[in-house]
Amino acid sequence: MDYLYFAIKRLLQAVLVMLVISLIGFSIQDNLGDPLRELVGQSVSENEREAMRDRMGLNDPFLTQYGRFMYKAVQGDLGNSYFFKKPALEVIAAKFPATLELVIGATLLIIFFAVPLGVYCAINPKGWFSKFIMAFSIVGISVPVFLTAIFLIYVFAVELGWMPSFGRGDTSDLLGWNSGFLTVDGLVHLVLPSISLASIMMPLFIRLIRSEMMEILEMDYIKFAWAKGLVPVRVWFLHAFKNTLLPVITVGGVQVGTMLAYTILTESVFQWPGMGFLFLEAVNRVDTPLIIAYIIVVGLIFVVTNTFVDLLYTWVNPTVKLVGSR
Amino acid sequence: MALLDVKDLEVEFPLGRKTLKALHGISFSLNKGERIGIVGESGAGKSVAAFSILNLLSKPGRISAGEVIFENQDISKLNRDQMRHIRGNRISMIFQDPMMTLNPVLTIGTQMTECLKAHRAISKEEARQISISKLRDVMIPSPENRMDSYPHELSGGMRQRVVIAIALLTDPSIIVADEPTTALDVTIQAEIMALMLELCANNNVGLILITHDLAVVSQVTERIIVMYAGRIVEEGQTQDVITNPKHPYTRGLIKALPQENSPGARLNQIRGSMPALDAIPAGCSFNPRCDFADEQCHKDIPQLTGPKTHTAACIHIDRIPAFQSTGGLT
Repeated sequence: MDYLYFAIKRLLQAVLVMLVISLIGFSIQDNLGDPLRELVGQSVSENEREAMRDRMGLNDPFLTQYGRFMYKAVQGDLGNSYFFKKPALEVIAAKFPATLELVIGATLLIIFFAVPLGVYCAINPKGWFSKFIMAFSIVGISVPVFLTAIFLIYVFAVELGWMPSFGRGDTSDLLGWNSGFLTVDGLVHLVLPSISLASIMMPLFIRLIRSEMMEILEMDYIKFAWAKGLVPVRVWFLHAFKNTLLPVITVGGVQVGTMLAYTILTESVFQWPGMGFLFLEAVNRVDTPLIIAYIIVVGLIFVVTNTFVDLLYTWVNPTVKLVGSR
Repeated sequence: MALLDVKDLEVEFPLGRKTLKALHGISFSLNKGERIGIVGESGAGKSVAAFSILNLLSKPGRISAGEVIFENQDISKLNRDQMRHIRGNRISMIFQDPMMTLNPVLTIGTQMTECLKAHRAISKEEARQISISKLRDVMIPSPENRMDSYPHELSGGMRQRVVIAIALLTDPSIIVADEPTTALDVTIQAEIMALMLELCANNNVGLILITHDLAVVSQVTERIIVMYAGRIVEEGQTQDVITNPKHPYTRGLIKALPQENSPGARLNQIRGSMPALDAIPAGCSFNPRCDFADEQCHKDIPQLTGPKTHTAACIHIDRIPAFQSTGGLT
């Protein structure tokens, strides 16, 4: 019962958020240049342009246009891309796997490196290796992601020639999903973009895990766990780390969304054929329907991940189980 | 041979350039099944003494001198892995605040069975059965269901019962209890204390009870150690110390009890307060608060003197008038 209440509440919140996002997304279209300039050539006269505007409904009042947009949007139609002459959603869906795989690659890197490093730094705060990691993470936070990306390309692709510098490489079909995970070439192409995308979040997570865990290690229940004579690994990785996870999950949920935004930079440096790269192209071409569709899709991903994070939080922290009841 | 023999134990906290001494060489012993109480105001070093037995001092505290001899072995010199087999197995601890002692994200069952499994080669099911029986010993209703509960689903008193059950899991020979009832409701305090007394007496478990509550100590323990500013100032059989305290500090503590004062009258306080670790006066550290202090008290550090069953560290022990009790504690 509590769970149902919780689910309904979250769903209503999600609808509200999506409404706001769609309104913001839609309202920028008037200020984003003239789609007709991109659509037709120089030879078309001003009268013909005006007639086309009428036909496309671009001269209608804002609310009429927004109502028409929403009416179609709820049916899954976010308009046709001016450039691709195809439904915008379809264009984005074709690029979505590439971006998702990049985010998954970066997330895995963060989990496999930030967790052990953060825990290590919390356990040995005075060791030279911890100090080195802390100093290095400051550098990581400060260097912008496109610089990291260019540096990685220069060292590993240009100088050493170990890694490809652009594109996704070979992809194969995985249950209708255009995936680069199954081929060696695809995985090799994923390495550098994932590292540069992870570079911006990794230091943040290392520092977050370290500081939260250091605080937890001072708690009475950790002292009691030592007093019970448990092996250190159990005290650190079960007793302390499970409590450390709570704030990390909260921050992590938001950061996954931020990481999606950073894919725009990473993808454009690596010519990665994903949503972010597509978005940049759409902005250049003033492909308004595509821009709006991108904003809405990213907003949806944000809402979905945050709901998922809340559910995960309930699962890790038993004291918030009844959050759905009033 | 005593079960536990603490000899000239010194504990210090190095803080940057200066080092603060929390224990100035304390010695005491505990026989098998004996129950002793360590009393004193906040800052007297009681908890430090308790934690140093299991070498569980908060950083940067460390044992700088002395020995903790348990079963003929100096356990203060053991490394972490050797110490692990003593902690929670031969000597267990009960902490002050049951709200903070249990891990909020793990079930009671997990927190109990893990302790057994850390010290014995037994199956999950056996560990569960032992845990349930110990929960029953501390009078927790329907212990089978409680095994799957999380700490926040239990009241403070229930949680302290769980902590006591955990302390008893491995049938230790000593339990060190650091103010086990201070954080509890007054009505629950007596219940928990009675339970601990019963369990320790029935299982022949030695108890080191750290508290500032003289009334509790007088009911539960056989011997009392009074601490002041990192030193033992008086030690003796509970009855002797309560009825005939020798040290002016112990007298002050007893005089300050509400039971010792007539209704409506102002409570007798000990004037002043416990000195900070970096401001302990020369000579007898109690001298600024003592009615009997003279010049000599500012120079000499008094040693424990008197018959073995009742010693006190005061150079004027013979000059101080006899103690007049109103009999509140007896």
